[in-house]
Amino acid sequence: MKRRQIMTGAATALALVLSGGAWAESHSDKTKVGFVYVGPVGDGGWTYEHNQGRLAVEKEFGDAVETVFVENVPEGADAERVMTQMALEGADLIFTTSFGYMDPTINVAKKFPKVKFEHATGYKTAPNVSTYSARFYEGRAVQGTIAGHMTESNVVGYIGSFPIPEVIRGINAAYIHAKKVNPDVTFKIVWAYTWFDPAKEADAAKVLIEQGADVILQHTDSTAPLAAAAAAGNVIGFGQASDMAEFADGPRVSSIIDNWAPYYIQRTKAVIDGTWESAMTWDGIGPGMVGIGEITDKVPAEVKAEALALKDSIASGDYHPFTGPLKKQDGSDWLAEGETADDGTLAGMNFYVEGIEGDIPQ
Amino acid sequence: MLMLEKRPQPSRAFAYLTPLLAVLATMIAGGLMFAALGKDPIEAIRTIFWDPLFGEFSFYYRPQLLVKGAPLVLIAIGLSLGFKAGIWNIGAEGQYIVGAICGAGTGLAFYPMESWIIFPLMILAGAIGGMLWAMIPAILKVKFGTNEILVSLMLVYVAEQLLASMSLGLLKNPEGFGFPGSRNLQQYASAHNADIIEGSGMHWGVAFAFIAVIFAYILLNRHMLGYAIRLTGEAPRAARFAGINPARLILFCLGASGALAGLAGLFEVSGPAGQISIDFNTGYGFTAIIVAFLGRLHPVGILLAGLLMALTYIGGEIAQGSLGLPGAAIQMFQGMLLFFLLAVDVLTNYRLRFSQKGAA
Repeated sequence: MKRRQIMTGAATALALVLSGGAWAESHSDKTKVGFVYVGPVGDGGWTYEHNQGRLAVEKEFGDAVETVFVENVPEGADAERVMTQMALEGADLIFTTSFGYMDPTINVAKKFPKVKFEHATGYKTAPNVSTYSARFYEGRAVQGTIAGHMTESNVVGYIGSFPIPEVIRGINAAYIHAKKVNPDVTFKIVWAYTWFDPAKEADAAKVLIEQGADVILQHTDSTAPLAAAAAAGNVIGFGQASDMAEFADGPRVSSIIDNWAPYYIQRTKAVIDGTWESAMTWDGIGPGMVGIGEITDKVPAEVKAEALALKDSIASGDYHPFTGPLKKQDGSDWLAEGETADDGTLAGMNFYVEGIEGDIPQ
Repeated sequence: MLMLEKRPQPSRAFAYLTPLLAVLATMIAGGLMFAALGKDPIEAIRTIFWDPLFGEFSFYYRPQLLVKGAPLVLIAIGLSLGFKAGIWNIGAEGQYIVGAICGAGTGLAFYPMESWIIFPLMILAGAIGGMLWAMIPAILKVKFGTNEILVSLMLVYVAEQLLASMSLGLLKNPEGFGFPGSRNLQQYASAHNADIIEGSGMHWGVAFAFIAVIFAYILLNRHMLGYAIRLTGEAPRAARFAGINPARLILFCLGASGALAGLAGLFEVSGPAGQISIDFNTGYGFTAIIVAFLGRLHPVGILLAGLLMALTYIGGEIAQGSLGLPGAAIQMFQGMLLFFLLAVDVLTNYRLRFSQKGAA
């Protein structure tokens, strides 16, 4: 590991801190990109895919770029310290990859105006803070279509992580499209209150299977629900965040894949070129941020064709997964015939669509 | 052959030496692990133990040691009182959460009014919240003889559910676009637990941690109640003959440790963390148990142990960021510390002897 030259001594930096000025950080000719992860890189899901994006950046730029990462960083004060540490050690661009890093990212960005920050799935920006997220709900629509066709018990189990708009959007998108192909379908939803906890996720899957679910959808990051589905037999599931192809011979019939690599490469390039600007990015299947993993032979050919056709029409922009007529759970009107949901409503979605049973936890 | 022989008296020298030996053994075994991972062990150990204190950016890390260490010390001091008397509060994490909820809730109830009285009220609410949560296992134990270890531990999970419910419901930021989590108290001046001196890391929680250390020291060494605690732990029967009321002691120890854990939660939520969120608790309440034992249940020892633990956290993050060490290796390293402490601890009560006879 090469020792970096420091421009400013610690004493000067301390003086700057005390005077409330901008913080000094060390510099090198390489562009340094930092990644803050909420889970372990080996989670096989969310953090794994962000780390794949990091590796893609390394591969793309070779020696011109150095990447660093810290995994398992709790949201809050610890995240703030890790980001500060990266900025101090000379990072030029820092990706903070969990919603809970939002306020810490903004705080640290204030102290380091020259460092660029990219926060995943949040809504606060600053001149040196961008946000980015993927329209996972587009993938959920495809998933819902397959689930609606494949279920024989007409019960689809859904493992929610936290009742936040992101997750509720996914449930709604999956439900609407399952219902479209199978009017008898019902959703059973279990909230795990975690993004990554294999034991809790497995328990949630088992509960759903006991209640008659033969399709398990998950918005948590581990492969534990698929393992539980495999153990139960005759239950199918989907890879979440990552392809989870190791279960392709078993319960996994398809997957929603987060593909951060193109975005990470593009933003790193912008920093190298000096063209980086604060932006709010929300990309879906079209630009390739959301991928649909290979649909296995367990799915009948005509269902597969239908799912792929839906995917293509979403990718081309011909079809929006939230197209009216749609009503809210309480029976009130939401979208009129042919009307599509605007991004503002989707971003803050806090209601179920008509037909879903149960309440969103408060 | 080598044999363990019980010492007639626990060795005072070893009581002080074992933590140092444990740290040393951790460095050696940890260094071997880092070497096995293909990293330079000397550089890794230096990064963890030296860089946060004396490295290039120590001006930032030193204050952070206080920020990270303060809640650990505050909670561990409270726990040590009970542990000394054989009263096992394992649920400090839950009391920490409830203290934070009560404190933050009190502050947010006044939003957006600005007044100097708000923060003291929050401190009070935090302490009372934590204390009441700890009173549940205390009263159940006194009245029905339930096991406080189980009850206090189970209440952690209840507290976590309460935390999720608060983040999604009652305390949810009305301007947060439907996302969970409360308003950020860092942006509410009257409720913000800011650094007393800007950039020093010395927030009120750090000040309270130091005060708690001093009070605990005086209590245990100069006060009748401290004598009662020590006597109950060392000789429960003798304590009863000496007229010590065990029920009152249980209520005091659990109540005090709950109040301190609640305070730690309040200072964390109003300062470094900033907001009530579903993932607000990060295990301080459990780590504090390690800190209490690492510090030999002695107030000054706990202070040092809390800072040492904070050092391994911060140094561990630096090692991850700059050396690419996996996070799991850092956790292993911290685990080794406790393991060696317990292992070396044997030497306080036993001594090694070469026996003349062969194996039995």
